[in-house]
Amino acid sequence: MQAYLTLVRRELGALFVSLTGYAVMAGVLFVMGAGFSLLLKDQNGVATSQPVTEQLFGSGLFWLILLVGSPFITMRSFALEKHTGTFETLMTAPIGDFQVTMAKFTGALIFHMLIWLPVFTYPYIVSIFSMEPVELAAGPLAATLLGMFLIGCVYMSAGCLASSLTQSQVIAALNGFGIGTTMFLLSALVRLNLPQDTWQYQALLQISMLEHLKDFTRGIIDTRHLVFYLSVTAMFLFATHKVVQSRRWK
Amino acid sequence: MENAPMIEVENLTKRYNGQTAVDGLTFEVGRGEVVGLLGENGAGKSTAMRMLACYLPATSGSARVAGFDVFTQADEVRRRIGYMPENNPLHTDMRVREYLKFRARLKGLSRVASRERVDVVTEQCGLKDVQKKIVGHLSKGYRQRVGLADALVHDPELIILDEPTIGLDPHQIRSVRELIKSMAPRHTVLISTHILPEVEMTCNRALIIKAGRALAIDTPENLHRLMGEGGHVIVEVAAAREELLECWEHAGEIADYHVEAADGDYFRCSLTPLPGIDLRPLVFDIVRSKDWRVRELTRSRRSLEDIFLHLTKADREEGEVY
Repeated sequence: MQAYLTLVRRELGALFVSLTGYAVMAGVLFVMGAGFSLLLKDQNGVATSQPVTEQLFGSGLFWLILLVGSPFITMRSFALEKHTGTFETLMTAPIGDFQVTMAKFTGALIFHMLIWLPVFTYPYIVSIFSMEPVELAAGPLAATLLGMFLIGCVYMSAGCLASSLTQSQVIAALNGFGIGTTMFLLSALVRLNLPQDTWQYQALLQISMLEHLKDFTRGIIDTRHLVFYLSVTAMFLFATHKVVQSRRWK
Repeated sequence: MENAPMIEVENLTKRYNGQTAVDGLTFEVGRGEVVGLLGENGAGKSTAMRMLACYLPATSGSARVAGFDVFTQADEVRRRIGYMPENNPLHTDMRVREYLKFRARLKGLSRVASRERVDVVTEQCGLKDVQKKIVGHLSKGYRQRVGLADALVHDPELIILDEPTIGLDPHQIRSVRELIKSMAPRHTVLISTHILPEVEMTCNRALIIKAGRALAIDTPENLHRLMGEGGHVIVEVAAAREELLECWEHAGEIADYHVEAADGDYFRCSLTPLPGIDLRPLVFDIVRSKDWRVRELTRSRRSLEDIFLHLTKADREEGEVY
């Protein structure tokens, strides 16, 4: 456990001393800030039935950040260590393969959550500057936070897998982007004009990242979504663990 | 387990991609020894070390460190070894002290213990002045010391160093060698190198390895003896040639001799004795009784380099026959 925590701390430390970490953070805040401003402009004087969280997190901007930003967070995790050779010193320390995999994943996940946290101040900014008293619903906000966490799990684990497969950070980032984008584009298939009662439609609905996140942004926590996100994460982590182990099979 | 030899390697073999990197390696290292793994590049030194450090599994054979099997009891083994891989990879973005603390914690030391040990190893490795510096900004010599400090930080029983002096300048090499020597009584040390004097200077025993096979393992002195050492005296003396030849011919202890003219009146004689005899006192007595002038009297010691070349060459010739 001590080795695991030490390694998580090291992962976070590495992200915070590198330029990449701050670049990702700045990018996220800039794009989300822009999205927020646009949203406020659109909302001005127009009534809508959608929760603000759904409008913000269902927008293309949010997905742009998630798809482009995540690979930058995870690309260094294994690839850099393999490139510099520190992977060898790491794996000859008394620490298990699984602990290493989990520590890399946890570090990336915590960083992912940290860079998104400022976005959750937006509702309060609205409440301060609004002319009329605003009632903030804590439910959708909390649910959205949970949704962000879960989708972070999926994307960070996918990124870790991509990074574990190569020695090059660039290839790791591209592979991570590829996996993430594929998962996202699969969601788009649901918008094909399939009849809703066919099994194809139902199947596509079940694998749609967009559909799964939608409920969270509306303040609904459905166990189906929890199971979906967690099992996809587990699958990616299992694959990463096996890749880390694979040096023992050669 | 306490009395088990530090390293027991038996028929250790590693094949990858159809190539045999280590081929039936067998050796044993006792506690407190400094053993050099000597071989050309690509002889299988690093692979053997990686297997001992539990980084790579063996294809067949077994290896035990302090009585624990490196494959089935990897955790126990890892706790007992300090391993510095080839090229000494470090986290270049961390500060020296921070890095050593990180490694100490990773190796399971408590917060207090890690602080104490980091103090000890920074002192021992001469890193006191640079402990606040970023590893990436250090010179190669200092980085090497950081790597050694990392290997030492959890006070392991066995230290495995893969080419610890590669790429250093003579001053740095010297200080690193001193450091390795200073570890000796307390820790068992296994170092790999292709620099022969290094083994002569730092190691109790040398294991000569070629194409993954052990050619010889012994103390440098015994390796010298193995080569028919102990005789072969060179003497440069000013005397008449005939007199010299006659004298060497009649001395019973000399098995073979060779005389050639040097500059001036001097002749350079190389004398091979019968086994087990030191010719030097005898030569001195002869020279004194004849009242010759001598300007050199030495016993030629073949360097470990000759032994190494001899052993690896013999092996190569043998290989060509088949």
